[in-house]
Amino acid sequence: MAASSNGPTATEYIQHHLTHAGAQSGFHLDTFWVALILGFVFLAVFGYAARKATSGVPGKLQNFVELIVEMVDNQIKDAFHAKSKVIGPLSLTIFVWVFLMNSMDFLPVDLLPLIAQHIGAALGHDPHHVYLRVVPTADANQTFGMSLTVVLFIIGFSIKAKGLFGWIKELFTAPFHADGFMKIILAPVNFAFQLIELAAKPISLALRLFGNMYAGELIFILIALLPFWIQWVLGAPWAIFHILVVTLQAFVFMMLTIVYLSLAVEDH
Amino acid sequence: MNINLSLLGQMITFGILIWFTMKFVWPPLTQMMEERAKRIADGLAAADRAKQDLANAEKASADKLREAKQQAAEIIAQAEKRAAQLVEEAKVAAKSEGERLLAGAQAEVDQQVHQAKETLRQQVAELALAGAEKILRSEVDANKHSQLLASIKAEL
Repeated sequence: MAASSNGPTATEYIQHHLTHAGAQSGFHLDTFWVALILGFVFLAVFGYAARKATSGVPGKLQNFVELIVEMVDNQIKDAFHAKSKVIGPLSLTIFVWVFLMNSMDFLPVDLLPLIAQHIGAALGHDPHHVYLRVVPTADANQTFGMSLTVVLFIIGFSIKAKGLFGWIKELFTAPFHADGFMKIILAPVNFAFQLIELAAKPISLALRLFGNMYAGELIFILIALLPFWIQWVLGAPWAIFHILVVTLQAFVFMMLTIVYLSLAVEDH
Repeated sequence: MNINLSLLGQMITFGILIWFTMKFVWPPLTQMMEERAKRIADGLAAADRAKQDLANAEKASADKLREAKQQAAEIIAQAEKRAAQLVEEAKVAAKSEGERLLAGAQAEVDQQVHQAKETLRQQVAELALAGAEKILRSEVDANKHSQLLASIKAEL
């Protein structure tokens, strides 16, 4: 959809693409539904494979699922040395879900929004006010939603490993250790450091993913502004490069979650 | 980047996904994979064991074979010895039997010779007696000389 005299201007086009469905109501319907559907796709495929799983000769689907599960499991075994029933499912969910959501970037940038506009028009809405952003991870709500949940797990893991008082005590006595009077002086400093550390984790997790995917999406939109016959020159390399970014970001999110959780259960 | 109620919605979705994965996806898959790893390990161990068994069996069969050969050789040697012994015994028996037969034949011959002699003597005695009788009939009374005749007969 190149900018033309009777179509939207480039600015309008970009802004249209960067507006969420339901943005006015304070709830991003597109992020919610796309993420939910992709989540169900993940659960359906993996749940089906898990139900059908045999320890004999695996089928193709089981092989594929096992490959991913084993990769995640190996990462956990390398980085996380405590015992936990949650960290495996958590990491697997993060990796696959984020990967699927990132992968929505590979759909032609206008495809789903255009379909949505036609459906919206058929339902009697003004097609210019039907918005759809198909990459949930390019929405900070999605990435912060995940990273804050991870923070809850970090706190939960800390409390489970050290006890509630052990955790609170650590908030005031680490990273700077001291004895006697200095301990009291250092307590607020330690506390400030711990709070910063605790806050930095979700922010870095969320912003890294959000930034990557948002930038990726924006570049796809900009490429879509070029004349159609030249789009492939930039579009194809960017899409190919994006395969790496999509996988890498999903992996990084998962890996950092594992590392944060392993830090949470270890003593300072 | 505007944060709104969606944040909460995504947290809830995320939570549900984690719960479901924890309940229905992760445990069966990891358990199955552990099972498979165990089965493979068992299989490899069994293969090793079977290899060892095979080697043992081969060794045992080789031992048995050697033993059997040795026994066969012993039996053959014994049989040969026995055969030689039998031949020897047969030879001895044949020889003694031959000697016995020979002795028997000799004895029979001797006996017949003796009998022939006896018969001959008797006939000679009778002939002599008959001759003497003929001679004496003319001049000698049989009753008178019967004692003499009997003593002559006995002497012959």
